[in-house]
Amino acid sequence: MAINWFKYSAPTTFYGLAGRLVPWFAVPAALLFALGLYIGFFVAPVDAVQGEAYRIIFIHVPASILSMFLYLIMAGYAALGLIFNTRLSSMMATALAPTGALFAFISLWTGALWGKPMWGAWWVWDARLTSELILLFLYFGFIALHASIDDARRADRAAALLAIVGSVNVPIIYFSVKWWNTLHQGSTIKFTGTSMHVAMQQAMFVTLLACWMYAVAVTLLRVRSIILERERNTQWVSELKEAGL
Amino acid sequence: MGVRIEGGGAVSIAEFFNMGGYAFYVWGSYGVTVLVFVVEILMVKHKRKSALQQVRLMREAGE
Amino acid sequence: MNQLTVFNLLVLVIRRDLLLAMRRRADVMTILVFFILVVSLFPLGVGPEMDMLRKMAPGVLWVAALLASMLSLGRLFSADYLDGTLEQMMLAPQSLSMLVLGKMIAHWVVSGLPLVLMAPVLGLQFDMSGQALLVLMLGLLLGTPILSMLGAIGAALTLGLRGGGVLLSLLVLPLCIPVLIFGSGAVEAVASGLSVVSNLSLIAALLVLCLVFTPWVTAQALRISME
Repeated sequence: MAINWFKYSAPTTFYGLAGRLVPWFAVPAALLFALGLYIGFFVAPVDAVQGEAYRIIFIHVPASILSMFLYLIMAGYAALGLIFNTRLSSMMATALAPTGALFAFISLWTGALWGKPMWGAWWVWDARLTSELILLFLYFGFIALHASIDDARRADRAAALLAIVGSVNVPIIYFSVKWWNTLHQGSTIKFTGTSMHVAMQQAMFVTLLACWMYAVAVTLLRVRSIILERERNTQWVSELKEAGL
Repeated sequence: MGVRIEGGGAVSIAEFFNMGGYAFYVWGSYGVTVLVFVVEILMVKHKRKSALQQVRLMREAGE
Repeated sequence: MNQLTVFNLLVLVIRRDLLLAMRRRADVMTILVFFILVVSLFPLGVGPEMDMLRKMAPGVLWVAALLASMLSLGRLFSADYLDGTLEQMMLAPQSLSMLVLGKMIAHWVVSGLPLVLMAPVLGLQFDMSGQALLVLMLGLLLGTPILSMLGAIGAALTLGLRGGGVLLSLLVLPLCIPVLIFGSGAVEAVASGLSVVSNLSLIAALLVLCLVFTPWVTAQALRISME
C-alpha cells in the first residue's frame, strides 16, 4: 500500500485514523470470541484427563501470549519514541500498558482457577505462572513510573528506558524461574497425555485472534484520549467537533 | 431441550452449565474475563470523557 | 587541568563518594541493622523449628539482602542532584558512564559489602553449615554489586520524584529476581549436592553483563531525568 505512512506518525492525522479503525477491530473481535468459544465449548470434546475444566485454556493461553506480546510491542514503541523522538510512538506505548497488564492479570486469574481443580492449589509456583506474575510487576513498574513523572517528555523517555531494560530482562527472568521451578520440582501446567484435539487448537487460535483484535481496538481508543490530553492546547484539538463548541 | 455437541451425545442445558462439576472454575474464569473487558472499556470511555473535558477547559481558558 | 585517565577518574569518584558516606556513618549502620532485623523477623514469623529455618535460610538471607540494599539507593544520586554537582558531572568532558560506575562501586562498598560480611553471622542463627555459609558469602559477594548496579538505573530514573523510594524498589526488585534465584539456589545446592559452581558462575555472568551495560544505561537514564 503506497500510503505515506509517515503522515500518520503525526498525532493529528493518527487521531482520525485510529477512530476509523476501531470498529474494524472491535466487531471482528466480538465475532471471533463468539466463534472461538462456540468451537471450544460445543465442538471440542471433553478432555480425558481434565474433564470440562480444561476449557479454561481458551482464554488462559491467549491471555498469556498476548500479555507477553503486548509487552514487547509496548517496549518497541517506547524504544521508537526514545530513539526517534516521535511523540506518537510514546503515546502508543502508554496506551498499550494497561491492556497488557490486564491480560497478564486474566492469565494469572484463569491460571489459578485452572490450577485449583487440576493440581489442588490456587497457586502453583509453575515457571510460566511465576514469570507471568513478574511480567505483571514489570507492567506496574512501567505504568507507575510514567504516572509519577509530571513532565510528559521525561515520563515517556524514562518509562521507555525501563521498558527496554525490562524486555532484555524478560528472557533472563524466564530462564531463571524455569530453572528454579525444575530445581524445586514444581508442577508444570501443561497438557498431559495425548496431543490436543484439532478442535481445541482451532478454538484457541480463534480466541487468540479475538483477544488480539480486542487489544488493538482498546489501545486505539485509549491512544485517542491520550492524544487529546497531550495536545489539548493545540488548535486542531480545540476545533474538534467532539469537544463541543 | 438439549445441545448437540460433536464430540459426544447431546447434553442438557443444565449439564452444560455444570461443566462436569467444574462450573465454578470455568465460569469463574470466563466471568472475570468478561468483567475485566467491561471494566477496561468503561475506563477507556471515562478517560475519553475527561480528556474532552480538559480540552473544553483549555479552550475556554484561551478565550 | 590534567587529563584524567579513566582509572584516575574512577578512583576519584569512588574516594569522593566513600568520603561523603563516611561522614554519615549512621546511614551505613541503618542498612546493617535493617538487614539483621528483617532476617530476625522470619523466625519470629514462622517459628523456631530448626529444620524449617535451615531450609529457609538461603532465601531469607538473600531477600533481606535485596531489601536492605534497596534502602540506600535513593541517595545514590539525590545528594549530588540537589547541590548541583550532578549537573557539573554531566557537563564534564569525562565519560558519564565512568562517573556512574564509580558511584556504583562506592555504593556497593558502603551498602553491599557490609551485608556480605554480616551474612555469615546471621547464617549461624539459622544453623547453616560452614560450607553453606561460604557459598552464601561468595554468592552475595558476586550478587550485591549487581543489586547496586541495577538499583542505580532505578535511582537515575526516579531522580527527584515524590514517592521515590518505594517506586524505586517496585522498579528494581523484579529485575533482581534472577540474582535471588541463583544466589539462594547456590546455597541450597550445597545441601542437595547439586552444582554450586554453575549457580555461582551464572551470577558471575550476570555481574559481567551488568558491568558492561548498566553504567551506560544509567548515564542515559540520568540524561533523561535531568533534561
